[in-house]
Amino acid sequence: MTEHEPLRLHVPEPTGRPGRHTDFSYLHVSSAGEVRRPPVDTRPVDTNDLAYVLVRVLDDDGRAVGPWVMQTDPKLLRRGLRAMMKTRIFDARMLIAQRQRKMSFYMQCLGEEAIAIAHALALEPGDMCFPTYRQQGLLLARDDVDMVEMICQLLSNERDPMKGRQLPVMYSYKRAGFFSISGNLATQFVQAVGWGMASAIKGDTRIASGWIGDGATAEADFHTALTFAHVYRAPVILNVVNNQWAISTFQAIAGGEATTFAARGVGCGIASLRVDGNDFLAVYAASQWAAGRARSNLGPTLIEWVTYRAGPHSTSDDPSKYRPADDWAHFPLGDPIARLKQHLIALGAWSEQEHEHAQKELEAQVAAAQKEAERYGTLADGHMRSAAEMFKDVYKDMPEHLRRQRRQLGV
Amino acid sequence: MDIKTRTNQTSISMRKTPMTMIQALRSAMDVMLERDPNVVVYGQDVGYFGGVFRCTEGLQAKYGKSRVFDAPISEGGIVGTAVGMGAYGLRAVVEIQFADYFYPASDQIVSEAARLRYRSAGDFTAPITIRMPCGGGIYGGQTHSQSPEALFTHVCGLRTVMPSNPYDAKGLLIASIECDDPVIFLEPKRLYNGPFDGHHDKPVVPWSRHPLGEVPEGHYTVPLESAAVFRAGSELTVITYGTMVFVSEAAVLETGIDAEIIDLRSLWPLDLDTLVNSVNKTGRCVVVHEATRTSGFGAELTALVQEHCFYHLEAPIERVAGWDTPYPHAQEWAYFPGPARVATAFKRAMEA
Repeated sequence: MTEHEPLRLHVPEPTGRPGRHTDFSYLHVSSAGEVRRPPVDTRPVDTNDLAYVLVRVLDDDGRAVGPWVMQTDPKLLRRGLRAMMKTRIFDARMLIAQRQRKMSFYMQCLGEEAIAIAHALALEPGDMCFPTYRQQGLLLARDDVDMVEMICQLLSNERDPMKGRQLPVMYSYKRAGFFSISGNLATQFVQAVGWGMASAIKGDTRIASGWIGDGATAEADFHTALTFAHVYRAPVILNVVNNQWAISTFQAIAGGEATTFAARGVGCGIASLRVDGNDFLAVYAASQWAAGRARSNLGPTLIEWVTYRAGPHSTSDDPSKYRPADDWAHFPLGDPIARLKQHLIALGAWSEQEHEHAQKELEAQVAAAQKEAERYGTLADGHMRSAAEMFKDVYKDMPEHLRRQRRQLGV
Repeated sequence: MDIKTRTNQTSISMRKTPMTMIQALRSAMDVMLERDPNVVVYGQDVGYFGGVFRCTEGLQAKYGKSRVFDAPISEGGIVGTAVGMGAYGLRAVVEIQFADYFYPASDQIVSEAARLRYRSAGDFTAPITIRMPCGGGIYGGQTHSQSPEALFTHVCGLRTVMPSNPYDAKGLLIASIECDDPVIFLEPKRLYNGPFDGHHDKPVVPWSRHPLGEVPEGHYTVPLESAAVFRAGSELTVITYGTMVFVSEAAVLETGIDAEIIDLRSLWPLDLDTLVNSVNKTGRCVVVHEATRTSGFGAELTALVQEHCFYHLEAPIERVAGWDTPYPHAQEWAYFPGPARVATAFKRAMEA
């Protein structure tokens, strides 16, 4: 007989499940304005405390408070609000189009709009994002990306810029600083570091921004990216979007229980922040801070954006099977659009009427873009790129065996 | 010896120097670092030290630490960052210390580098070269001896290359670095210092005493997708690559069978015409590789010959390969498909 008690395997569980409300106290939410803002040239080790708190700027009344408040032109904030609204409208329409079988699949970013959009506005032309499939906001924040072309990709039609080879939402926009989305998780995180290293090797001034979700931080590529970013002091921002859920898997299964994802960065010698991802002003300020570090040869910054995946993982998912159906309504960080709207109205830089008007105008824009894109076909009507496209771009020049196979298919 | 490997763009006037395969590979990287400011070289131990096989010796001192540098022990990170650098416009030449260690980089090679051009419809590309020493014969045991080429030839979008001599090694490496597709560059480490013929009990002939150890000092390429008729012959065709080129040559000398030896050099995409023409001429075919037999690249070669040469064949196609076991340590030479095993296959092909 042993005197020790039997060992037990610990399998983390979320605090809420269908029929049982989530206790969000595990998030350890700081008050707005409470968290200090270190100088941009701070030592990574001196950000240790910041990895366990939550940088927030907007308080419950929509006021901007504390050391992370930046002098931001209301014009930029209005632009950000409109881009978030556009993104939400775009997602809603594309979901309907998917249900109408005009596209095979869709992924919305409901509830997470502030992160990609405020971040995009903090970057400079020439910088490169290595996104996951939930950063469509990086594209929709820009004026130079045509929604019609994006929708053609989603519809896999004859004008699909990916030529029918990629699932919907797997965009690639080199000219807009948006790296090709893989679909395999975490791979792009290391690539972002490599891109940043390349910029440093060439002595350029461009920086990279890598993206990953809480779930995929468990992949080796996440840790590899941190190591390489630290070793070579790569000019890169390492964004971890912690939206609490990886399909049905709660973030604790990825290793978030009793610690934070930001804490991973400090352990690797990387300056790290944990930020309210539903607070547009906090996202913008933290992104600026990290971009400033990267652009000044101060190396990488890891930012954990705390948010909530308000919708299903994808159109193939039903979250009511594994979490409370009204979870988002209780999420303590609220809705990023409502919060920025409240702030702008409090500033006198926005009004309910303007909001309503913008909503209608953006709905009309998205609808018009969809209508035009559908002129070039949808997955449902079979107006797609020729099967001959399948054999192109496997190699730069088509080798003989692919020519033979294309002839066999008769295209 | 009847060698027709000179299907390349070498200027006749270019000065040649005797080089080992290691020196030839280093010379290729030297030439490309000099010519193209977008070329960078990195991997484990490749910087200050110059690589465990010394292939990058002196390059960091010559080109600086930002172009030739050490990497963490992370094959996934080495290839993953190379893909990112490719997206930026650089041409990364990375070293995986042993081919046996590429597995952690599989996702970055198979899902990323190989398909980036395709999935982005040409928006981004990964013009990277991944060098890795392969093959046995150095008492490396099961973790320093593998020949994983079939794992790469199965992946669409990759080019897989394996030289058998210093001249080709340099020309193929330059062609690979200049190529806009990702290239897996496998270096048979048993050939680094001489044309090893499989007789491990005999002293190694150094490359300085072999004509293919004469290497031009400057820039030249051996084109990809081009096989070499290493030895012309009339009685049977040997399709092989890497170390097995010289092992097959030893079997020719020992059996007296007038075999034509095709050195593929580029495994995939490959030069089908050269091997089809040869088999159609000789009517007999032996496929030889060091890698394990089942689902090895020899299976693909055998199928291709069957598809394209069936009505010219006078005998079943023979395959000589490593046994379907991990590469053993002490029993290395019982595993290695040496000249005796190749000779047996020759005789079977001739007697059928």
